[in-house]
Amino acid sequence: MEKLICVCGHENPAGTKLCGKCGRPLTEEAKESKIVDMKYDGAAIRSKTRNKSIVDKVWNFFSSVKVGIALIIINLVAASIGTIFPQEFYISVSTEAEKAAYYEDTYGSIGKLYYELGLSDVYNAWWFQILVGMLAISIIVASIDRGIPLHRSLKNQRVKRHESFMKRQRVVAEGPVANGDPAQTLNMIEEKMKSLKYKVRRDGNALLAERGRFSRYGPYINHCGLIIFLAAVMLRLVPGFYVDESMWVREGEVRAVPGMEGYFIENEAFILELHDNEKTENQELQGVNAVAKNFQTNAKLYKQAEDAVPGQTDNLELVKEYSIRVNHPLQYEGYSFYQMDFRMNELSVMNFQLTNKETGEALGPVSIDLTNPQDEYIINEQAKVELLGYYPDFSGFENGEPQTLTPTPNNPAFIFKMTTPEHPDGEVSFVAIQQTIEPNGDNEYKMAFQGVETRNMSGLTVHKDSSIPLLAVGGAIFMIGVAIGSYWNHRRLWVEQLEDGTIRLAAHTNKNWFGMKKDLDAVSEYAKLPKYLDQSEEIEEKEGDSAL
Amino acid sequence: MSLIDLSGNFLFIAFIAYLVGTLLFGGAIKNTKPDGAAKRADNWGKLAIIVTVVGFLAHLAYFITRWIYTGHAPVSNMFEFTTAFGMFIIGAFILIYYMYRISALGLIALPVAILIIGYAAMFPSEADPLVPSLQSYWLTIHVITAAMGQSILAISAVAGLLYLLKAVDPKSKTKSRFWMEAVLYFCFLVVGFILATVIFKGMGYEANFSYVNAQGKELEITYNMPAVFGMNDYTLLTDGKMEPLVEMPPVINAKKLTTVFWSFVIGSVVYLLVRLISRKRILEMLHPLVQKVNLNLLDEVGYRSVLIGFPVFTLGALVFAMIWAQEAWGRYWGWDPKEVWALITWLFYAAYLHLRLSKGWEGKKSAWLALIGFAIILFNLIVVNLVIAGLHSYA
Amino acid sequence: MDKKKKRSITRGVVLIVLLAAIVYTVYTSATKEKVEVLQVGDKAPDFELVDLYEGDLKHRLSDYEGKGIFLNFWGTWCKPCKKEMPAMSNQYAIYKDQGVEVLAVNIAQSEFEVKRFIESLDVHFPVAIDQTKSVMTAYNVDLLPATILINPEGNVEKIITGEMSEQQIASYMESIKPEQE
Repeated sequence: MEKLICVCGHENPAGTKLCGKCGRPLTEEAKESKIVDMKYDGAAIRSKTRNKSIVDKVWNFFSSVKVGIALIIINLVAASIGTIFPQEFYISVSTEAEKAAYYEDTYGSIGKLYYELGLSDVYNAWWFQILVGMLAISIIVASIDRGIPLHRSLKNQRVKRHESFMKRQRVVAEGPVANGDPAQTLNMIEEKMKSLKYKVRRDGNALLAERGRFSRYGPYINHCGLIIFLAAVMLRLVPGFYVDESMWVREGEVRAVPGMEGYFIENEAFILELHDNEKTENQELQGVNAVAKNFQTNAKLYKQAEDAVPGQTDNLELVKEYSIRVNHPLQYEGYSFYQMDFRMNELSVMNFQLTNKETGEALGPVSIDLTNPQDEYIINEQAKVELLGYYPDFSGFENGEPQTLTPTPNNPAFIFKMTTPEHPDGEVSFVAIQQTIEPNGDNEYKMAFQGVETRNMSGLTVHKDSSIPLLAVGGAIFMIGVAIGSYWNHRRLWVEQLEDGTIRLAAHTNKNWFGMKKDLDAVSEYAKLPKYLDQSEEIEEKEGDSAL
Repeated sequence: MSLIDLSGNFLFIAFIAYLVGTLLFGGAIKNTKPDGAAKRADNWGKLAIIVTVVGFLAHLAYFITRWIYTGHAPVSNMFEFTTAFGMFIIGAFILIYYMYRISALGLIALPVAILIIGYAAMFPSEADPLVPSLQSYWLTIHVITAAMGQSILAISAVAGLLYLLKAVDPKSKTKSRFWMEAVLYFCFLVVGFILATVIFKGMGYEANFSYVNAQGKELEITYNMPAVFGMNDYTLLTDGKMEPLVEMPPVINAKKLTTVFWSFVIGSVVYLLVRLISRKRILEMLHPLVQKVNLNLLDEVGYRSVLIGFPVFTLGALVFAMIWAQEAWGRYWGWDPKEVWALITWLFYAAYLHLRLSKGWEGKKSAWLALIGFAIILFNLIVVNLVIAGLHSYA
Repeated sequence: MDKKKKRSITRGVVLIVLLAAIVYTVYTSATKEKVEVLQVGDKAPDFELVDLYEGDLKHRLSDYEGKGIFLNFWGTWCKPCKKEMPAMSNQYAIYKDQGVEVLAVNIAQSEFEVKRFIESLDVHFPVAIDQTKSVMTAYNVDLLPATILINPEGNVEKIITGEMSEQQIASYMESIKPEQE
């Protein structure tokens, strides 16, 4: 079963359906069918030729289109499962316990099951990645398996095909030329087909007109593109290829950029603008009062000196100044900074007035910069305020000591010692928002709250993705391949003039029979060819009849 | 007349033109008796396509005037996108019509577009201001290309439906007959949705409720239809309105469920009325209309529209989407539900092409696949936007 | 025959390469987070921070080569940090002469808060403020307290997150003290 020798003497590899030379059907199936199977032009698909070792068996498994389609469908279903409930990366909790609780609280027991089965992070699941990987293998193996034989058979096309091949094409015609000189018929066909942009080859009394052969390579080109694309996606996992970090920077702060060693970013200002439109019906439905118009961080990117190490902040060199907005990231040397989040109005300065409680007389203002509180604030020669303690996020007392929950000034509290002309030794007061404690009895003076200044905080993400160029190449090749395969088609017309001058012709196209028939109509009329027959319609009509 | 009113009028003209076009296409395929009526049918067909093109131009005028008025491509909310989708379906139909000259396609394509525009009209038609992430020329490029791709793919479903209307025998009890009737029943449900919205809006029905969401926050909601399903822990705030019959857990948006309920009820009533009056299945009523069509050619039209639409869809819904996502969020792919469903649509049509190429799934099987493909597209448009929360849920 | 064998080998190679790619993908994405973080045995990233009290004194890691470094990250709001500080101070007094250095790095708080806090606890070891969080970033610290033990060769000996007892602190300092002493 190694080789199939055709009647014409041509040796074909096992698995071949149509003789590579003359086109005679070689298998029983092909002999019986009325219209031959023209995919791969009847060439032997490599996997069909042998089936022995393990390697071959695995190879055959992946080369099967049936398996490929099954993999497409399985991937499709797996992907859809991930959209039932929001994925973990879209919910704003971090620990495993919180996530479990979130799914159970929000979606009940189904949510719990969803989380426990790992479906809440489906796209990072090992089995999902394996499914995608198997699809990739299938694409590669099937392309190699079919692409090479197809290429060979397209390259080695004979002009003259056997009668049994011609008669089993979908569109056929046989008969005498209607009128005119039969000797000229082939010339006329050649002339007409050339004007229709076909390439025409002649071999004695046979003719082959062919157009758009390159479109047959479309699928293989797009598969190549897909493989490059998937390889690029994989490349992201190689250390250093991909950086994805996020950071918060308050206005006025300079912060080291995570994932971008030696660089610092300064937030000069965060700007939030709102649309000033009247509330639309959609806003009403969604309960949105105002629609944001712009999120913007005015940022400065600094670079450390070449030999500097973390912690050194002198000699920073400004390398880029940019207004980061949504859709307009700051880009520098492959890194991009995206505007992702913000928090408005964090306290930054608190203003007080040292005031006599009874008379209301103010000795002078004290302004405390919460980012850099001072030991003392001198008002004049006789009056000053010492800061004994500062608790940015006051949460209560523990053993008589004020506690802070976080370093963020959400609920600032202070211990002041107020020195005034009346009290040169000072009066101590604990001051928090809506709370004052005077540990040594009633004070004469108080720190009267005057107002605050605030600042905003910007959430940025830092990205570097060195796989993008390769990804773009893969995507472009894919698109080119798909376009070639979809928008062009491979049309062929075989003609043979028999001894008695009658014409036998057969036509094939891989898609768009409508277009093929238009060309046939044109050439038939020009060269007065016998009327052609679409055998598939004949079959359909018969089947249609029997069904009724 | 302000630009936005003018724009609305153009849309109305388009809508009317499509209605008239449908009737004319009906005339074009009905007059098939061999007494020289073929020529008359041809004239009807010519008139039908002219009316359709006029409607399309009016639709395009709506699109352009609205674009000028809002300052951005009118594809940024549910109304705008769905209306544009209807326009592109008509555009794709005209394209295919001039390639293959099949009048019968219009008989399906136009009603589909009418239903889609009708569906769109149920959403607030006001122009919404753009949030920062949408302020990009990629909004125009990505959405329009994706919608064009989907529309061309939709034509394959139109051809598929037409194919099945002829190929499925309404007289013999088969699975195909059942599912065809189900597809047609679905069209009635869309009509039901439109009727429900219009009727209750016409009555000026409004009932306010307060409820508690999954996070334990108390919120308010306004129902525009009698509340069959109540939100979690609801309290009726408007006097004299119907109390909900069933209370729903916080995961389920009972207001949307109520809308679905009424659409079902009204759609089913209309369907049953039609069945009762005609004493026929819908399939049986439509079957004789399409006897003239050539199945082989329809099969090719269906395949061809997938071939034309698939690259356009890939470019718009995946490639451009990735470029924009990379620019806006720094990641070209984020597994957002809409993204995933675009990928699913793409994978599905890839499977369609492979099945057709290698397994020889042509004719009926292919037609069914085309219908399923369109169902996925509709799912992505309706369910993913309205039910599944994500970056794209702008309505 | 030869041709057949060759083809089998080519196929085998293609399949193995593809399989390896998948295994690599699944493996790296499963262990991704662990790879990026600083690990035991790595060279400790060099840094330089200004001392809290002496503006001229700069603590540069590379200057301490030959000594064991007990690098502690903390904040005033972090209660476990506060609890372990007196113990650190005690043990530092013992191990200081044996070649162990302590550096307590505060995460970007104000000088006022840090000074008040250190003074109220009456602890004695070098303290510095990481104003730009760059040392914190370099050491991948995200939970406090975090302690990095750096051996005299300048490599990371151990990473401890969470509170340490005095006994543990003693044994950690023991583990990084230079040998000849």
